[in-house]
Amino acid sequence: MLNKKNMLMTIVFALIALVLPLVINAPYQQHILILVLIWATIGTAWNLLSGYAGQVSFGHAAFFGVGAYSAGILTLHYSLSPWWGLILGPVMSMLIALPIGAIAFRLRGPYFALATLALGEIFRLVFLNMTEFTNGAKGILIMPSITSKIIYYYAGLGMLAVTLLVTYLIVHSKIGYYLVSIREDQDAATSLGIPTTLYKNLALLPSAFFTGLAGAFYMNYVAFIDPNIVFNLTNISIMVILVVMLGGVATTWGPTIGAALYIIMGELFRTTLGSANVLVFGVLVCLIIMFLPNGIAGELDIIKRIAQRKKAGLSGGV
Amino acid sequence: MSIFETRGITKRFGGLTAVNDLTFTVNKGEIFGIIGPNGSGKTTVFNMISRFFPITAGEIYFNDKRIDTLPAHEICKIGIGRTFQVVKPLRRMTVQENVMAGAFLRTGSISKARQKAEEIINFCNLENYKFRASKGLPIPLRKRLEIARALATEPQLLLLDETCAGLNPKESEAAIELIRRIRDTGITIIIIEHIMKVMMGISDRILAINFGKEIAMGKPQEVANHPEVIKAYLGEAYA
Repeated sequence: MLNKKNMLMTIVFALIALVLPLVINAPYQQHILILVLIWATIGTAWNLLSGYAGQVSFGHAAFFGVGAYSAGILTLHYSLSPWWGLILGPVMSMLIALPIGAIAFRLRGPYFALATLALGEIFRLVFLNMTEFTNGAKGILIMPSITSKIIYYYAGLGMLAVTLLVTYLIVHSKIGYYLVSIREDQDAATSLGIPTTLYKNLALLPSAFFTGLAGAFYMNYVAFIDPNIVFNLTNISIMVILVVMLGGVATTWGPTIGAALYIIMGELFRTTLGSANVLVFGVLVCLIIMFLPNGIAGELDIIKRIAQRKKAGLSGGV
Repeated sequence: MSIFETRGITKRFGGLTAVNDLTFTVNKGEIFGIIGPNGSGKTTVFNMISRFFPITAGEIYFNDKRIDTLPAHEICKIGIGRTFQVVKPLRRMTVQENVMAGAFLRTGSISKARQKAEEIINFCNLENYKFRASKGLPIPLRKRLEIARALATEPQLLLLDETCAGLNPKESEAAIELIRRIRDTGITIIIIEHIMKVMMGISDRILAINFGKEIAMGKPQEVANHPEVIKAYLGEAYA
């Protein structure tokens, strides 16, 4: 349940997000902000399946890429506006999620992760080699109808807001409790009458939907995709894991915080450290994983819970 | 009146027959004990009932309906709850959330699940630990949480697997008292236990098994004095 303080924080964040592009008006900085919104959306979507339900996916690039290609192919073959991809992309991602779930949910833990990794790579290779349909490695280039960064920013903000809201509602319902139960102990969950495969799919489908939405949005914004960009294992599938780990796994705001820090730090290092940027970045990620294992929002939650427990203990008269 | 019945249930793991042609009936409202030495197949019987693995042969009936063909999560839905010998708390969830996860089987509403959890937590005397993460609890409380979580699914039949193992005498007395109170609410109980003293005290009837086969069945005194049971526990010389 939203208490007053959380509500206030959300409103403050929303207001800052709304006025931010008016204050920061250089196109480069606005571009960074839009990337943050895209990554926050993918992170939030990944977090539902892998953070809350504990089914760690190494294959989210498949959903991102299918979303992006849905938008691209609409323009390439059917001369439709790529904006229709915002509807088609998420739906296609959900459709491919069904067989992916049917295969991968037979496996648990690291085996699930490996299966999703392989499935994600299969999509990259298929899109790379189906040259007649996808243009293969040449990629798809579109002429964007909108060039104003401000419009993309607000569209991206809307996308993130919807993703956050839907995820929040799922997590704070019976489904959310069931997902966390499955993560904590699948056998115990089964013994409590939870149909585990069904509920894993209830996490996977919205997760694929919003990742696909972010993919379609990316196609519209960047206007060029090829399979090695949007189905990339390290730059999409692994990056989303790092983003969420940095921000806080299984927290509402973790993926958004993680995306903001990750993208901004990445850009700062790239512009200031020259070719050493990846190295410094890697060391920093290691340090964060070692000393903030629950991510930034995760550690905040623990501090909050300790305070709450003290309060509960006092009023309960233990 | 019988609530639960097995007919010739058998489980083979490859060449090993863990449970062999076991037939028994449990009456409504009774505490039915299953005893046997280590590795005699007690927990396997529970895993067969709760469908954690398919049975090789035989039939299981609950309220006169055949249940051995149902998937594992349906077993809980029709009213059979279970606990695990090696406790499986939902580790990073609080005691309250653990019990709520069970209560959600009968309701979709968070407030109703919380209310149900509240009742069960009080019934099991866990109210002081409501907001504690379950992974930090000592073993007696974790065992009790295991029972609380199963109770929240509103079972008619509860399978308790070694609820008193690893507890000191005082703690197991509290556990026995809880089991009695559960029975008094009308829930039928099948209990597996190692400690004979516990079993003798609370069971209405006992089934003794060894190598997956029935060796004795009846009132606790009869079973305890049965030569086959003594042989299984203490060896040939004492029988």
